[in-house]
Parts: sequence; structure tokens; C-alpha cells
Amino acid sequence: MLGLTLREVALALREGKVSPTELCQRCLHFIRKTKFLNAYVTVTEEIALKQAEQAEKRFLKGETLGPLDGIPIAVKDNFSTASIQTTCASQMLKGYIPPFNATVVQKLLDQGAVLMGKTNLDEFAMGSGSTDTIFGPVRNPWGYSRQYQERCAQNPEDTKDSSDWLITGGSSGGSAASVASLTCFASLGSDTGGSTRNPAANCGVVGLKPTYGLLSRHGLIPLVNSMDVPGILTRSVHDAATVLGVLGGHDPKDSTTVPEPFKPFSLPDEIDVRNVCVGIPREYHAPGLSKEILAHWTKAAELFEKAGARVVEVSLPHTQHSIVCYHVLCTAEVASNMARFDGLEYGHRSTIDSSTEVMYASTRHEGFNDVVRGRILSGNYFLLKQNYDRYFVKAQKVRRLISNDFMKVFSSGVDVLLTPTTLSDASRYSEFIKEDNRTRSAQEDIFTQCANMAGLPAVTLPVALSERNLPISLQFIGQGFREKNLLTVAKWYEQQVKFPLIEFQDVADHVSEFPKKTKSASAS
Amino acid sequence: MAASSVGVCTACTICRLSGRYWFSRTFSYNNNFSSRNVQTTTLHCQSQPQTKRKTDPRKWVGVVGLEIHAQIHSNAKLFSESGVLFAAPPNSLVSYFDASLPGTLPVLNRRCVEAAVMTSLALNCTINKKSLFDRKHYFYADLPAGYQITQQRLPIAVAGSLIYNLLVGQKWNQVVTKTVRIKQIQLEQDSGKSLHDDTRSQTLIDLNRAGVGLMEVVMEPDMCCGEEAAAAVRELQLILQALGTCQGNMAEGQLRVDANVSVHQPGEPLGVRTEVKNINSARFLARAIDYEIQRQTDVLESGGWILNETRSFDYKSGRTTPMRDKEGLQDYRFMPEPNLPPLILYDNKTVPTQADPQQVVNIDQIRERLPELPNVRRSRLVEQYGILPEHSFTLVNEDGLMEYFVSVARETKAEPRKIIGWIIKDLLGLLKQHSLNVSQSPISPMSMAELLNLLEAGTISSSAAKQVFQELWKGAGSSASQIVQKLDLGLLQDHSTLEQICRTVIDSNQEEVRAIRAGNKKVLNKLIGLVQRELKGRADPVQVKTILEEKTL
Repeated sequence: MLGLTLREVALALREGKVSPTELCQRCLHFIRKTKFLNAYVTVTEEIALKQAEQAEKRFLKGETLGPLDGIPIAVKDNFSTASIQTTCASQMLKGYIPPFNATVVQKLLDQGAVLMGKTNLDEFAMGSGSTDTIFGPVRNPWGYSRQYQERCAQNPEDTKDSSDWLITGGSSGGSAASVASLTCFASLGSDTGGSTRNPAANCGVVGLKPTYGLLSRHGLIPLVNSMDVPGILTRSVHDAATVLGVLGGHDPKDSTTVPEPFKPFSLPDEIDVRNVCVGIPREYHAPGLSKEILAHWTKAAELFEKAGARVVEVSLPHTQHSIVCYHVLCTAEVASNMARFDGLEYGHRSTIDSSTEVMYASTRHEGFNDVVRGRILSGNYFLLKQNYDRYFVKAQKVRRLISNDFMKVFSSGVDVLLTPTTLSDASRYSEFIKEDNRTRSAQEDIFTQCANMAGLPAVTLPVALSERNLPISLQFIGQGFREKNLLTVAKWYEQQVKFPLIEFQDVADHVSEFPKKTKSASAS
Repeated sequence: MAASSVGVCTACTICRLSGRYWFSRTFSYNNNFSSRNVQTTTLHCQSQPQTKRKTDPRKWVGVVGLEIHAQIHSNAKLFSESGVLFAAPPNSLVSYFDASLPGTLPVLNRRCVEAAVMTSLALNCTINKKSLFDRKHYFYADLPAGYQITQQRLPIAVAGSLIYNLLVGQKWNQVVTKTVRIKQIQLEQDSGKSLHDDTRSQTLIDLNRAGVGLMEVVMEPDMCCGEEAAAAVRELQLILQALGTCQGNMAEGQLRVDANVSVHQPGEPLGVRTEVKNINSARFLARAIDYEIQRQTDVLESGGWILNETRSFDYKSGRTTPMRDKEGLQDYRFMPEPNLPPLILYDNKTVPTQADPQQVVNIDQIRERLPELPNVRRSRLVEQYGILPEHSFTLVNEDGLMEYFVSVARETKAEPRKIIGWIIKDLLGLLKQHSLNVSQSPISPMSMAELLNLLEAGTISSSAAKQVFQELWKGAGSSASQIVQKLDLGLLQDHSTLEQICRTVIDSNQEEVRAIRAGNKKVLNKLIGLVQRELKGRADPVQVKTILEEKTL
């Protein structure tokens, strides 16, 4: 039951094969069993059961609210949730309970979705590993899958490291892990430079970053206002479209959402790609791209061609400058956005208070980790009067050029771009932490942050298992506000590759004995 | 920037100015350390008597520019829905956005935009069809977000002018018209208020004001003294009140003025300026500026030089002193506000046909709604009532006086010029003497009109009218005609009684009669006075004169 897609479980609920309360309890049970993944920061058991009960009443009366009614979901812990602690995985906001719901959270609740809990992340969403969090790093469920464990057993070289675990990627690692570990059917992430797509790719789930301005950011604790977008993580492209249909549209509380009405859409099951033009950007053949991913990327292009689509090589010449400019713009906005955390109105306040300035300094020193403080420092440096033109303005100009690159390609007739999402499959924790957060972010966001710079929609989907039996994912980038086209193409490819469901061990009983136990006890 | 509350320190919970604090502040100044020392010396010199002046101080002239923060009169704040009300209970008008809760976003208040456009039109500005919002960063306890949203790069309006008048001359009866250029008008957020409790070493924060819409009006340094600046501010205040875009009460902080003051010798480049803050009335503005001009002149005369600094005006001593917490060079790290799209304004030509009228601001429509501005009002008064320009000036500049005048004029046949005399000389004089404003006048426009009607109809003489006026002022509740009756002040109508009294006066003043007969006609006035005294001013002076002339010549 838990391994179903959102679409399938919604049907099961409707047909009475399972009740919302039963489904909720199963998920809660599995969350407890998979606690070692550290996917959840807060499990909202009572609230979830209450919401499930209300959904159940609606189902009994035949007055269901929509496709999400009674469906267990999870929300990244940087979305404000009324009366539920919202921490951003930071000491600064530990214990902070917002008095209001983020618009996207409210929309999910209004549709009867059942909130299982708040998910782990890199502090203030700054990172690409979900390793820099006060709650401890998030573990990738695939590291405990039968598929991976069996492969490890076959390979003696891997076995010696087998006590080591795999990272989820980040920063929405908790959200990706929650969907991948089958504890919920959809989750909200946020995507500033790839924070939804990167962990989705590492955890073998679908990760959608919608067009900037389509979804409200109200209540999303910002990283970079001009790039942040709520992200959607699901187990199928179809499900992502369903959730998008609920979340999209203008919000009077967010002036950057577009005023044009948004029409929810569903994707066809029969898809023809003969009229589709797929662009392959040559600049995405980046150094460090694993052979496996390159092979699957090539295979994907061939599949499209075979199916009658037009596949063309295109150029996005300013791609190589993107990550540097992203860094400048990101840190500048971070420096600004983090200024409000001074210990006065909410959040952590230091006890060292010999003067206001001292109190500010110690509060911020104690409240933020090194990564956040480092970005605040860089950002303030870029915003200094003497540096502003050289860094910030220049980065904005390059951002425009990057955006123009995409415009040119799309206006030449290309419908979607096909690229890798990550350089390789999921890394081991011990391997990942050999480099610092900044280096890793620069590496990991390489294929994803361009879409944020240009505000374009992008979706990542798992396409195959690697030699290590870990998910390999590819990314489609679409034209602004053309999510339907983008997701239709992605769905077609999803149908071709038939990515396998995670075979999740009966982890709770045997986690201490990992990885030798290979008892096939699929969670589904 | 938002004129934040003034205080020695900025602590929110506990604040102590330790020696170390001072130490570090001094070092933040190391770029101009030497000049700071020199300045200290000159400050000492300044307080000592000046024995010898090297040059003639009269050749120094003041140069004054103003930065005015006008609180927008609106129901809601600039970017949130919380209400705007002076002296509401602390922190009772604070939205999540105002308190900078993470994840909240600014939503521009249309009313504030309209107010800024209307004000810009009234000040002859060029309105930018596209303007931008920026973040200005500084840490201050009453600035919850750590930045203020303002319009640094591209403000809503630029290049305007304010025409104001000065009354000059011995009798203050010459009206001189002056112009000050408006550099720009920008929309920005107000800050909260810090209340410092020095005994408990703590600061309390009230965020009611945080996020209230401000129009910052930046004036070019086109003024030369306190009086000019005060007159310009008064005119701006009248314009804002006429528009209804700002209530303009300086004491309540709805209009806050910072003055940039420097002195130089004509023909020389402008001198180093200081910024004077903490001025809460037009009168103090004039005094603060004049003090500062004199101070700078004295410093320069004694060989010192002026520091570019912020100074606070102390109304008790009438002096300006350096503001310690504003010391040091601030880098505000300006950045575009990413949560607000550019502010686009339309006119009749550019307004999109399909646009929701609630979503667009049309400059032309606002122009049509502009009310009568003070200068037009003055000309209309001069034209309509035939009064003198300086009188129109007084009528318009005194709160409520024009309305008072118009009400009286409507209810009486008396000449407007006569009404002006009574209102400006008698009524306003007494009001000022008792520190009352027009709305607090014990004499209502109706009573005043009744009094003038009695005078006009010949029921009372003008000297009796003055008595009635005094009685009305006491405010016993009687009407003018009741007072006339009660005190028997009505004009003596009986001719024979009048003649009889004139006869008695002539009989007992034979010496004066002889003088008159000898040709000294001036003495006649003395006799008229005696008759009036006898009758408590109830006689018609013309009639008395005629009778006395008949009987003496």
C-alpha cells in the first residue's frame, strides 16, 4: 500500500480499499521504523490523525475535497506551519512556532492533505547534502534498499565501507527521503539552486521546480527571494502535476506571483512525442560528469529520437559563468534576509547582552552555523558600496545573459532541454564531507541552478539504477509557465524507463544488523 | 532614511555604554583621526569668548537643505494591512510582516502610492512611470527586518519645486515669493520607536509605527536661514493637509524635518554640512538652523573647521550637539528589494484597456482630483473678497482661520476688509495671547457675525462693539444682542437727549468752546470724547460732531 503512487492511493481511498485513518497510521508506523533516516524533524502525529479522521468523515459522506484528500504528505521545515515548530534546522529558530501557514501549506491542508511532519534540511536550506543541520544528517533510504545491499554483498570492495551510509543530497534531503522511504506520498521542498531536484535525483523520486512566480513563496523562509520556488517531490510525474494543480496560482500575499489565472491540468496517459523538439545543451558535458550518467543521458536522447522526436544539440554559452554569479547573488540576498535574525522579536537570543551590539553579535554567532555565517559575510562584502558594481551588478548582468541563452534556444523551436541532474549517483557521507559546503554546493548545483537564474521550470526523474544499484536521474528544463508541456515530455520518458520501486528492507527490525541481512521484506 | 527615534543608546533589553564601547567607536574613526582631534580643539575654542575676529563674520551666509519625512495619512501601513494610529496602545498595530516574521512578504498599499503621486503632482514633480524599491541595511532595535525598504535608485518622483512666501518689512506686510527645488520624493517605511529607560538600563520597543508609509521629500539647499526653512515647511504642511496625504502634525511626528546646514562665503564652494535632527516644530526648526549657522560661522571665524556630522537640537537650551550613536560612516549595503516588482504608474494614454482599475494607478485621474492648493486659495481670497495679499497669507496659514473668515463673511453684510480687521487684529491677537488655536476660540463665527451686523446696522457704535467683543470673549453664553441689551450699549436714538447732553458739556467747558471759535477745530474732538464718556460710547460720533459744531460755531 505504501509503495503506491499518489494517484493510485487516491483511487484506493476512493474505492474504500483503505481508509484515510488506516493509511495515516501505516505511514506513522513506518516513520517510526525509519527514524534512523532522520528525514523528519517533527512528526505531527496528533495533527495527522485528526486530519485523517476528518478526511474519513468526508469520505463516508462522499464529500471529498479533491485528489489530495486523505493523502499523507510532508513539508520541509522551512515552510511556516501554524502552531507547528518551524526551525530551518537552525539553532536560530529552534522552538519558533509561526502563527500562520505558508500559502502552499494552507492550500494542501485546504485540499484535505494529511500532514505527517516537517522534514530535515541543511540549515536555512544552505547546502547540497542535507548534512549541515542541527538535527544531524539525513540518510538516503536507497542505502538500505535490497537492491543496493545485494550489490554491496557482491562487491567485496564496497563491503568494507558498508557501515558507511549514503547522503540524500540537499537541501531538501528530508523531503526526498520521506517520499523515497514510502512514509508519505508527496512532500514539499524548496528549490533555490537545485535544492529540490538534487535530493530527488539522489533518492530516486520525481522533483519539480516550477516556474518562478507560479507558486506563492509567502511563508517560505527565504534563502534567495529572487530564485526560491516551492518544490514538489513525488513518486511519479503525474503526481507532481496533481500537486502543482493544487499549489499554483496568484497569491495576494506574494507580489511576485503572476496575476494571470492558473489552470490546473492533468497529464495524458497516451503521449506522442513526434512533434517535440528536445535540446541537448553541449555545455552540460561538464568535467566530473560520471560515465554512467553520460551514458543514460545519451540513451535518453536516442530514445526520443527513435520515438520520432527531434533531438538537437544546442548551446547555452554563458552556462560556465552561472555558478559564480549564483554564488554572488545568493550570498548577497542571504546577507540581507538573515539580518532580521537579531534575537529581538523571535528565535534564539543570547544571554550575553552587555550592549545591544554585543547581544546581536553573540545571538547571531550562536544561532547560525559556519555555512550561514560564511554566506552572510561574503554577501555583505559583495554589497559594500565599493564592491556593489563589481560583483552584484555584474552578476545580475550575467544572470540576464544566462536567461537570454535559454530564451534564444526556446525561440529557435526547442520545447524542452534534456540534461543530467547531478554529476553522479549518491555519495557516501564519508566521501561527501571531504569537501566543505561551499565546494560541494558549487559542484552539486552545477546543472540545476541555471534554471533558477532564469526562473524556468525544471523536473528531475529517476531513469535507471547505476552499477551500485542507486538511482540515476535526468532533468528536463522547460519554458516559463509551460509546465504542462514539460511534464508531459517527462511523463513520456518515465513510461519508457519504468524505474523500479525501492525494495525497502524491514529496516526497523534489522537496522542494527545492516547490511548483512538480506531478507526480502518489501515495505510496499 | 527613516527618522528613527533619538536616544543615546539603542539597546533593546539592556544597554550599558561601557568604556570599551567608546574605545572601539573612536577606532572606527581612524580614517580621519587627526581631523577629529582638531575638531575637539575647536569645540573648546567655541565655548570661549571670542576676542578678535580675523575676518568680517557678516560675509558668511547659510545654506540650508531639508529632508522631510511625511507620514502618509492612510488606514493601513505601506506594505501591510495593520492600522495606522498615533498613540495607540504599544504594539497593538503590528502585523506579522511588521514584526519581520520570517517568510512574510511586502504587499504595496495602493493608497500610499496614490498619496505619493498626488503630493508629487502638487509639488510640480516629474513622476517616474517606473520606480523601484531597495533595501537599506542597518542594525537598529526598532528596525525589525534589519533593513528599511526605500527607493534609493529610482524614486517615484523627481525634479519638483515648492513655492512659498515670506512676510518681510517693518510691518510684516510685504509678501516675498521664494522657490525651493525638490530633488526627489521617495516612498519608504517608517521605523518603530525605542523607549529608553535609563534607570533600568533597558529599552522598550513599540512597533506600531514600524512600516507606516513615509514620503521622503528631499529639498535642494536653496534656503539661507531658519525663517526661510520654516516658511517652506509651513507651506509644505499646508499643501499636504489640503491634499489629505499627510496630517502634518509635527508634534505627533507626522512631519519630521532634518536640516542640512552649511555656511560659505558667496562665490566660494559650499561648506561642509551638518545634519540637524530632532526638530519637532517649525519654530524650533528656524531656531535650530539659525543656531547652527551661527555656530558654524563662529567655528570658521576662529580658524576651526566643520565636521560632517549629525547633530541633535535641544529645544531647552536652543543648541545643537553631536549625536553620538549616529557617528561613524555607515555602509547601508543597498540592494534591490527582490519581493516587490517595479512600481509601474499609468496615465490616460498608457493605461491598459483590460486592466482592473483596482490594480492600476492612473496619474491623470489623480491630477483631476487635486484639490485647491494654498497659493490658489490665497489668490481666490484676494480676488473674491478684495482683501490684501498679506491678509490672505494670514488667513490661510493659521489653522482654521480662513474657514472662520468665510463663515463670518457669509453671515454678515460688513465689508470683508472690516471683517479682516476684527478677525486678524482683535480675535487672532487675543487667541495668540492666550495660546489658543482658532478652533478653540470662545467667540464662534456666528457670534462674530452677529456683532458685526449690529455694528453695520448702526445699532451700536464701534467703541460699544469693542465692549461687546470683550464680553463675548469672556464666554458667559450671551449673544451679542443680549449683551447690548443687558449693558445698555445700544446707540442713543433720542436726538433731544443727545442735544441736551451736548449742551451740558459745552456749558461746563467754555474755555474749549472759545478755542474752537478762535479756529482751533481740533479741540472739538475733546468735546466729542466727553459726550461719549457721558454716554458710555452709545452715541453716534457723526451725530455728536454735527450737534457740537452747530452749538459752538
